[in-house]
Formats: sequence, structure tokens, C-alpha cells
Amino acid sequence: MPIRSNHEPTSSEITPETLYVDRRTFLAAAGAIGAGAVAALGGMPSLVAAQQPQEPQAVGKPYGLQPDDKPTPWEDVTTYNNFYEFGTDKGDPSQNAKNFKTRPWTVRVDGLVNKPADYQLEDFLKPSVVEDRIYRHRCVEAWSMVIPWRGIPLADMIRRAEPNSKAKFVEFTTLMDPKQMPGERSGVLPWPYTEGLRLDEAQNPLALLAVGVYGRVLPNQNGAPLRLVLPWKYGFKSIKSIVRIRLTDAMPKTAWNQAAANEYGFYSNVNPTVDHPRWSQATERRIGEFFKRKTLMFNGYAEQVASMYTGMDLRKNF
Amino acid sequence: MRDAEGIRESDLTIRSIREPKWFPAVLIVLCCVPAVLASGAMASDIIAHTRYFGSNPVKEGEHFLGEWTLRFIIASLAVTPLRQVTGWNWLAKHRRTFGLFAFGYLMLHWLTYALLDVQLNRGDLVKDLTKRPYIMIGMAALLLMIPLALTSTRNSIRRLGGKRWNRLHMLIYPIAILGVIHFWLGVKKDITDPLLYGVCVAALLGWRVVRWWSRREAPHAATLAGAP
Repeated sequence: MPIRSNHEPTSSEITPETLYVDRRTFLAAAGAIGAGAVAALGGMPSLVAAQQPQEPQAVGKPYGLQPDDKPTPWEDVTTYNNFYEFGTDKGDPSQNAKNFKTRPWTVRVDGLVNKPADYQLEDFLKPSVVEDRIYRHRCVEAWSMVIPWRGIPLADMIRRAEPNSKAKFVEFTTLMDPKQMPGERSGVLPWPYTEGLRLDEAQNPLALLAVGVYGRVLPNQNGAPLRLVLPWKYGFKSIKSIVRIRLTDAMPKTAWNQAAANEYGFYSNVNPTVDHPRWSQATERRIGEFFKRKTLMFNGYAEQVASMYTGMDLRKNF
Repeated sequence: MRDAEGIRESDLTIRSIREPKWFPAVLIVLCCVPAVLASGAMASDIIAHTRYFGSNPVKEGEHFLGEWTLRFIIASLAVTPLRQVTGWNWLAKHRRTFGLFAFGYLMLHWLTYALLDVQLNRGDLVKDLTKRPYIMIGMAALLLMIPLALTSTRNSIRRLGGKRWNRLHMLIYPIAILGVIHFWLGVKKDITDPLLYGVCVAALLGWRVVRWWSRREAPHAATLAGAP
């Protein structure tokens, strides 16, 4: 059922930045009282399904939004998905992921770290402050959305793992479970899906480990229970249903790069001047809009990320 | 005597079951249904933000019309084998129906691409046509189809002569192959659908090769048998 018409969020629904800053100071002060109490007060975004709002809410601090960027309707965000583990059509994930089990969920953090560990998802998230952030999202297929995510900074988690001096890259792996993920029974991609970042990219404050969207717990088709969000890179870098985060000294192999190296590079930063071999990346179609928009360098996040790539030939390192 | 459509006069009178009177009209209406649905869905999705074609109606509609083009090409290729198997020779004239609908859907597919998808951005159109093999292959198929659409009338058959007309219309074979390649190269990774269309086209062209081969062999065998 289309919910769109009634829930086009007005600007007043988006939490203003000042409130966010206040919330952070409040949270810091409230640390001693305990996270449970804070959640009960409504101060901290909740991760518990029972406490989530019935209706999706486009809440969060806007990051790098253009003046005419409005959150893409929940209906589109949750039914137009690339998540090949559940099928290759955009509508497949929302159909086939309905019974996907996301609890209990273990995340292994290992590799070149001083504190390798297997975490239950709840323990993994607990030490961090959960934030709501509204990001632009640009798919490599030249469509885009604006999405209110909920998650923790990836940098927090990396710091806690204490990478040693040899660690240069971070490798992420999706759950391998062909029984639950029918796509993994096909040969479309090398399973399990893997992704990778340079350590400094992973430590960029924009890199988010998301557990929710639109103020609600992440729907299965959006990569539940834990996914990456990297708004300056093409969407496929934002790996879903993560079970392992490994620090390495060698550049990790990534799923799409292994499948088609000439089309999908390791970096995959959004770049309007470097075309995909089969289509232009200069423009994009915002889901819900007819006329195309110009694609922005680093998807509009150049200020926050461009310095990581100075001196690199982005044509070669696409 | 054979006419341009390869039918013996005797076939028409002896073997064929007569075509039901309502069939041509019903066929044409049915062939229009996907185009009407696609146009309606795209218009409604773009203007009224419904989601008949999901969240990306232009892309979805473009692909939908492209697939129907291939289906009509396959239907036109299926007529002759079907006629040969069933003896329903009245089917032959519907090669034209299917062929013209294939051309119509191809035009809608192309218009969706040029007007709604690329939105007549000249730079993008030029780049697509000069740098992207799958677009070039699709365009080649479209150009090859124009003479076939233009010579689809009975008049053209008469003017060209059955033999030349038949030879010209054999262009549908490379067009079908180009269409499948266009689809194949266009998908991101999952080649299931293009593969299905490829199998259909290969089977229908294979049928012709086998018939042609066995006919070539037959008189040869007869001569051999007749030799002392």
C-alpha cells in the first residue's frame, strides 16, 4: 500500500541541528545515569523493535544535503533494493527477506587488532552513541535517494578494536547462509559478499554502521541487522548484513570487483567525470523525480572526504 | 506455386484448419495490451507518483517495452515452425502482425530511452552511440528493422518479387540475435533473462537450419540412390 502521499516529511519533522548538539551534551551528561534510563526518557534513539515508532519518521541531522534534497519516501527506501543475496530484481529483497533471522547475531572483529572478539550485536553497539543522520545515497546504476539512517560511527568501533601498526585496510563480510539467502545459491556474485576500505576511509567520521532507517529498526531488505553506509561511495560499497570486520595489511578483495573488475573498482567513489563503461555517471535520477540531477563529486561530500584522495588519479583508481 | 510466404496453394485447401473469424481482431487487441498498460503505468507513476512500475518507472518501463519487442520478434520467428508442425497455414499472415508489433514496441522502447531516460541530452546520446557497445548493437537492430517495417505491405512483396522480398526479410534473423546480445550486454550481472530469450531465438533459428540442411541433403541422397 503506498504510504507516500501522507508521509512526505515536512522540514519541521527533521530534527534541527541545534537540537542534536543539545542531545549530545545531554547524552554525555546522562552517561552516568545509564543508557537504559536515557532510552526510557526518549533521549537516545532506540534499537529495540518494540520501542520503535509505528510510522517511519524522517529524523536526523542532515549531512551534506543540497537545498532541494528531501528524504526519499519510506516505501521506496524499503522496496527498491539491490541486495543480491535475496534476488537480483529490485523488488526481490523486500519479498524474499521477510523471514530472515537477524537475532541472535554475532559480529566477529579480528585481524590486525589488539582486541579481537566475537560480539553479540547488542554488546557490539552498546558502548557507542546511536545517531540519526540523513545522507544522500547514490547507486552505481545512476539512481539516488536521500535516506535517514540510524547507526554508530564506524570509527568508534575500529578504535575499540585497537588496530595495530600493520593494519592498513578493513575487510567486511556478509553472512553466508544459502538456506536463508536464496541468491547465494546462484553464481551471480562470489559469495559471501565482501567489501573493503582503506583504514583512513573507515575512520572517516561519515562512515556509519547502520542499524536503523527512518527512526525504525533496519528492515531485513535494507541489510539488517547491521550494514555499512558510505555516502560518498556508490551504494554497493555499503555492505549489508555484516558478520565480520577484519583489519588487514593487504587490499581486500571486493565482490563486485571480482565479478567485473573493469566496471567496479576498489574505491568506487561517486565521480561524475568517470563513466561506468556502459552508462554515464554525470547525472542521476532521484527516485520519485522525473528530471535528472547532476551528480556531485563524492556525492556532495567532497569537503569531508576529498583530502583522503589528494594526489591520486581517480580515473585509474575508480 | 509458392507465394512470398512460402505456402503451397494446395496447403491452403487441403491441410489447413480455417482461421477463426474473430482471431485477427482479437490478436491485434491482445498485442496492444502490454503497450497500453506500460504507457498508462509510466504516465501514472511519473505524474501521480503511483508505483505500478515500482520506484523507477522510466527504467522499468523501458525494460518492459524492450522485452516485449523481443517477445514479438520471437513470436514472428515462431510462426513458420508452428505452421509447419500444425499445418495451420493461415498463421503465415500473422508474421506481419507480430513483425509490425515488434517494430512498434521497439519504437516505444527507443522513445522511452531517448525522451524519458536520456531526456534528449545530446552529449549522453552521442556518447551512448559511439562508446557503448550494447547501445550500438541495439541501434543497429533498430536500423535494420526499418526496411522490414517499410516493406511489410502486400504491395511491397509484389514490387520486390517474392524471392527478393524473402531474402530482405531474412534480416529478422540477425535482428533477433542483435536484440538478445543488446539485452545480454545491458544487464548488470544476472543473465538469466537474456539467456532465456537467447535459447528461444537459437531454437527457432536452429529449426530453420535443420530444415534447410535436410532439404539440401534429400535431393542429394536421391541422386545417390538413383546412381547405378
